[in-house]
Amino acid sequence: MTLRDYAIRYGFIVLLVGLVAYFAIAADGFVSPQSAVFIFQSVAITGVLALGVTATLVVGGFDLSIGSVATSAMMAAAYVMVVLEQNAVVAVIVCLLIGAVVGLINGWLIVYMRVPDLLATLGMMFLLVGLQRIPTEGRSIATGMTMPDGSVANGKFGDAFLALGRHRFDFFIPNLIPVSVVVLLVLALLIWFFLEYTRFGRMMYAVGSNERAAELAGAPVKAYKIWAYVISGVFASIGGILLAARLGRGDIASGNNLLLDAVAAALIGYAVLGAAKPNAFGTAVGALFVGILLQGLTMMNAPYYTQDFVKGVVLVVALVFTFALSGRGRR
Amino acid sequence: MIGDAVFRVEGLRKSFGRNEVLGGISLELHSGEVTVLMGANGAGKSTLVKIISGVYERGGGAMTLAGQDFAPNTPAEAIRAGVVTVHQSINDGVVADLDVATNLTLDRLSGKGAPTLFNPARVRREAKAVADRMGLAIDLKARVNDLSLADRQMVAIARALAHQPKVLILDEPTSSLSSAEADRLFALVDRLREQGVAILYISHRMSDIRRLADRIVSMRDGVISGVFDTKPLDYEGAVNAMLGRKIHLDRIIARSSAKAVLTVAGLRIGQGARPISLTLGDGEVVAITGLVGVGKTALAETLFGVRRPLAGTMTMNGRPYAPRSAGDAIAAGVFLVAKDRATSGIVGGFNIERNVSLPFLRRMSNFSVLRRRLERSAARRQIEELGIVCRSEKDEMSALSGGNQQKVMVARWMAQNAALFILDEPFQGVDISARRDIAAKLRASANGRATLLFVTELDEALETADRILVMSEHTIVGEHRNADVDLDRLLAEVAGGPLHSAA
Repeated sequence: MTLRDYAIRYGFIVLLVGLVAYFAIAADGFVSPQSAVFIFQSVAITGVLALGVTATLVVGGFDLSIGSVATSAMMAAAYVMVVLEQNAVVAVIVCLLIGAVVGLINGWLIVYMRVPDLLATLGMMFLLVGLQRIPTEGRSIATGMTMPDGSVANGKFGDAFLALGRHRFDFFIPNLIPVSVVVLLVLALLIWFFLEYTRFGRMMYAVGSNERAAELAGAPVKAYKIWAYVISGVFASIGGILLAARLGRGDIASGNNLLLDAVAAALIGYAVLGAAKPNAFGTAVGALFVGILLQGLTMMNAPYYTQDFVKGVVLVVALVFTFALSGRGRR
Repeated sequence: MIGDAVFRVEGLRKSFGRNEVLGGISLELHSGEVTVLMGANGAGKSTLVKIISGVYERGGGAMTLAGQDFAPNTPAEAIRAGVVTVHQSINDGVVADLDVATNLTLDRLSGKGAPTLFNPARVRREAKAVADRMGLAIDLKARVNDLSLADRQMVAIARALAHQPKVLILDEPTSSLSSAEADRLFALVDRLREQGVAILYISHRMSDIRRLADRIVSMRDGVISGVFDTKPLDYEGAVNAMLGRKIHLDRIIARSSAKAVLTVAGLRIGQGARPISLTLGDGEVVAITGLVGVGKTALAETLFGVRRPLAGTMTMNGRPYAPRSAGDAIAAGVFLVAKDRATSGIVGGFNIERNVSLPFLRRMSNFSVLRRRLERSAARRQIEELGIVCRSEKDEMSALSGGNQQKVMVARWMAQNAALFILDEPFQGVDISARRDIAAKLRASANGRATLLFVTELDEALETADRILVMSEHTIVGEHRNADVDLDRLLAEVAGGPLHSAA
């Protein structure tokens, strides 16, 4: 391997390690279990969404609806528990169903209605942003709210549901690791194993790289594409569940940044280990990278409004790594 | 012969890297005459056309137009000088979202002296003049998108003719037209011939060629291999010059088979085509040959389940066989090495190992989890078997030569035992040594399956097959055992003798 190959392969990891080392020296308290957990927690929800969108990137598609699927799931969870007064299990099932159904519709639009992926999921995004406001006439959902017909919603978030956002597992130190971080790690392992080690994952990569070749090798290409959107939708709805559990209400205004952050993490993932293709490990590292950078900068008193700018810079640098340096970039 | 040549090419050469594509082409075109250029894929036809139309720079030689030196640097220069080309892909010649009138006058919208403002009335007036001169009966306000392929083709040609060319090059203009649509095109070509345009017509369709040609020029491996201009034209001779034997290789020992693997009865693969019946035997290598566009790929795809036949039945090893997808065919043991590996074979993001294992992942996994060691050993075995030149099974496909890439494609499907192994143009873009390797491997491993090749080049069929079938107009018109083949009869069948010529 030439120096250039090494740079492409390990450049981003070296950058990550360097960043951690720099913050460790420059920012007091950066190296501590609590700080590490905080970083993981801050990227848990976007990370879950990013892992989902990675599945659609693998088959050569894209899913812009993930952010709105997450917020819809959050509103649905709140509605089911607060207005319909159901328990946590029902709420979670409803959320997952929403994710799966939206994924199916996305896949159907793209595969059978031949709508280009970006446009189909953009349309779905608008549709969901609007739809989630209709049941409550645009209001956020919280216990004790007044419904459009004048009645008062008396249901409340179940303790089991709130635990998803607030419970912390002991890990050497008591009450250290939040549920959301565990969910992120489990899902990351799952999708990584699925994409790298099962024949379904392998075929999804084949579909993304050369659809016709995959079809002539006997793959049901349409089914694979639709499944990718279902995976993406379900992952996004899991992100929505975590968001609802963390907030404890159905907040109309939250979750605005989810889509961009998640997409950025997945795209940064292209650059990790010189993969030049969507991959689960890279996506997880991409999400962490953003989290570490923001946490470090915050601890060094960088103002909050510089955050998006920093994320943008990281994304652009990562894309240059992928497409210009490795010279084999193709989506 | 009508006077002097209006367009003359002398000693034209062109190389890409070390690869010489044109080795000294000399060609004359006369006013009011249709010269047909024939040549198999890779003979250098499109390179020649691209040099004449100013897309490529020539490597050597001279071109003259009406006695003056002709050396276009860009397509626009060639058009201005009076040499106009209508390329094979119709949509390159028209802008689909604009109406017919705008398309016909598109070239006047840019360049020096073009008005800044777009004047619809003027455009329509000019377009009408162009359409009238050509006898074009198409609504000028219609969007090109809404037109049939034939109408689009007419618009593309009309647009080219708006320049009043001296030389018109038509590159496979009928390849996507029906026969009725083609008739309209022929009428137009006749009209242009009368107007004194020199036409270079590139085609594989014998029916086109019989209908239009005043002269035929055959090309092969970058040189002119035959010029035919005495009436009646010698069509078989032209096909022979394009495809016939170049080198005499060791004759293969033709085998015959006792046990039928695939039986096809009454299969119809095209509207109006006559039914196909054939039997492929165990251990037998059969080549189906014929010109481009006679339905070879359609037949291959029908056998492989990705295209539905219009009628007919197939039987595999005594059982009915009616695949509805590639997956069905593979499950039944029918494998296809598809034509054009870059678009329908190679998965660019995968290395050799993963390209080889692609169709058989199910058999290489436990509960859907891939058995990577098995995958690697299968890939290594196939690399060894076919003599693929590479550093390891982890090499990227892009690092391999064309011949080795094709070997990987063949290796992919030879990793498991087939009942019927189909290869569609397996030797396209493959060097001679890789081609010999693949052919030898196919013959050596032929027992236990039926092997079916689709090839345009006769040499490839003669070198590999026990039996040769000839296709013409979506049906099979001849059969030869590959021992003392009657080449004259075979070539006549390829050229579609009088018996089979289309209306």
